[in-house]
Amino acid sequence: MSLRIVVTVKYVPDATGDRHFADDLTVDRDDVDGLLSELDEYAVEQALQISENSDDDVEVTVLTVGPVDAKDALRKALSMGADKAIHVEDDDLHGTDAIGTSLVLAKAVEKAGYDLVVSGMASTDGTMGVVPALLAERLGVPQVTLLSEVSVEGGVVKGRRDGDSATEQLEASLPAVVSVTDQSGEARYPSFKGIMAAKKKPVQSWDLSDLDIDEDEVGLENAYTVVESATERPARTAGTIVKDEGEGGKQLAEFLAGQKFI
Amino acid sequence: MAEVLVYVDHVDGAVRKPTLELLTLARRVGEPVAVALGGGAGDTAATLAEHGAVKVLTHEAAEYADYLVVPKVDALQAAVAAVSPAAVLVPSSAEGKEIAARLALRLGSGVITDAVDLEAGDEGPVATQSVFAAAFTTKSRVSKGTPVITVKPNSAAVEAAPAAGAVEALSVTFSAAATGTKVTSRTPRESTGRPELTEAAIVVSGGRGVNGAENFAIIEALADSLGAAVGASRAAVDAGWYPHTNQVGQTGKSVSPQLYIASGISGAIQHRAGMQTSKTIVAINKDAEAPIFELVDYGVVGDLFDVVPQLTEEVKTRKG
Ligand SMILES: Cc1cc2nc3c(=O)[nH]c(=O)nc-3n(C[C@H](O)[C@H](O)[C@H](O)COP(=O)(O)OP(=O)(O)OC[C@H]3O[C@@H](n4cnc5c(N)ncnc54)[C@H](O)[C@@H]3O)c2cc1C
Ligand SMILES: Cc1cc2nc3c(=O)[nH]c(=O)nc-3n(C[C@H](O)[C@H](O)[C@H](O)COP(=O)(O)OP(=O)(O)OC[C@H]3O[C@@H](n4cnc5c(N)ncnc54)[C@H](O)[C@@H]3O)c2cc1C
Repeated sequence: MSLRIVVTVKYVPDATGDRHFADDLTVDRDDVDGLLSELDEYAVEQALQISENSDDDVEVTVLTVGPVDAKDALRKALSMGADKAIHVEDDDLHGTDAIGTSLVLAKAVEKAGYDLVVSGMASTDGTMGVVPALLAERLGVPQVTLLSEVSVEGGVVKGRRDGDSATEQLEASLPAVVSVTDQSGEARYPSFKGIMAAKKKPVQSWDLSDLDIDEDEVGLENAYTVVESATERPARTAGTIVKDEGEGGKQLAEFLAGQKFI
Repeated sequence: MAEVLVYVDHVDGAVRKPTLELLTLARRVGEPVAVALGGGAGDTAATLAEHGAVKVLTHEAAEYADYLVVPKVDALQAAVAAVSPAAVLVPSSAEGKEIAARLALRLGSGVITDAVDLEAGDEGPVATQSVFAAAFTTKSRVSKGTPVITVKPNSAAVEAAPAAGAVEALSVTFSAAATGTKVTSRTPRESTGRPELTEAAIVVSGGRGVNGAENFAIIEALADSLGAAVGASRAAVDAGWYPHTNQVGQTGKSVSPQLYIASGISGAIQHRAGMQTSKTIVAINKDAEAPIFELVDYGVVGDLFDVVPQLTEEVKTRKG
């Protein structure tokens, strides 16, 4: 038996940098360093653990849709231990929204061949948390999403989903799309050996024509959503800051009373 | 006037507050028609009618509880076919966003998530989003198909607006995909008796500075004196001091209360992402350089073990 896992990983601007929008109201990716979305490290980790815990022959492929520099995200995932990488890159992809992104990912996953797709819970830039569900809808396979625990055995994926009002145990037959949360377990650091090995691992590049996607199905012009404006939030006016000299709690109570909270 | 579908989040017929907020927003774009699914769906009608639902479409079936997400998408799709709405509004929970996205895809529409406001526009509803950890405010709209928009809790005031609320049974045929992901067990979360974190008017949070699970009692005592919900930073959650369900931030809950009180929290960008839109922000931290102080309306530089209990006592005294 063999198990083919595709991990979707996004290349995002560093959240600790000064992120902003370009003139066309897409994310300005030139001004802030990019990296592998930290939440996708958890997806890579879980894929590697599934692989390590399996008696089957498992292949872990990491897949990104993004600009040239997105290769960095793939390298990081390869150095963690993934076997190979696919980079979908095309100028016409600039400005693609969630619906379009899911189309490209679905076509790429199908072309690559898969039994299991593992995604992060959300990107750290768009933070929509919808791409895994969209992928499942497009691929016509079960979604087993937002898992804090995941396991695969005998063609069945099981996991725990901690929802707002309940904790649920979920189960589905493969093929399936899984997404994992940052509660699923710390992601490993790439070892020196891993980093060296990653340099030799194959990275395939596909463009839209490789995936039989028309340029009018993706990109800013063809998005299903339009951003009309983006304005920087005005800096908060400096608040009052007091040093506690024994009365700090009382002073704070006075403030809260003045604001009618007490 | 065009109809607007509102997906009802309820627990055995008890409608949750974010849904009532959606009814307020829905009235700005059309006539709200509510869709309530699963056990107790019919019991939601009176509350929904009080808040402006002209119609309540209901459907009860075991599938909604026994399988993940897809049965609800099937039902909403049936409701869209029955009503041809101008928009579909869904509360921005993790599940709500997944339902909305799959519905949009089926309808050939776009989806906008985590709106914090909604207005009628010439070309359809315009959603406000607060992005990049609330550093930017964007206005967006769906440009193809029936707009599907998820809205965050606390984005609008709940307003009474009595309407007919006529209950109609929705006819739903489940798709082949509906039974794909089985829910094999469900353990409801125990109620703490405190307000729901995302819905609370006041949130009192503790971070690494609280320094131990047992010390969270002082955070809880302050919360109880104010009738507030309790939140925690990821550092406190990762240390096992407080449950993950109470985590505030990018990978926890995002809250937008009238008052947010952070104790022993430094204010990392991922924490700010979940609380920066709070109306009034207060912090207690012994480090005057902590980034959280950049956000505050009122900050106390001091030891939380001195300041928080004193504050709690003072609140109790003032409340009598
Ligand atoms: C601030 C902001 C707000 C946005 N709002 C909207 C909106 O309301 N509606 C809309 O349609 N689009 C929106 N977009 C665009 C949207 O974020 C992108 O289209 C994006 O690629 C998909 O959504 P996400 O990043 O939120 O992913 P999520 O759904 O949060 O990502 C979940 C997982 O999907 C996988 N994934 C996502 N993108 C990729 C990728 N490119 N390559 C590989 N794996 C990936 C990863 O595993 C990731 O962990 C927004 C973008 C930004 C920056
Ligand atoms: C992908 C990703 C997602 C994340 N998601 C989240 C999230 O959802 N929510 C979140 O909170 N974090 C999140 N984080 C973690 C975040 O980056 C910070 O590590 C975290 O918020 C720090 O928590 P803290 O402020 O409690 O701890 P610290 O940063 O350690 O701060 C503790 C503070 O307590 C103060 N202090 C200590 N003792 C006392 C005392 N006796 N009295 C008063 N003050 C005291 C210190 O001065 C310090 O400022 C995420 C990180 C990543 C990478």
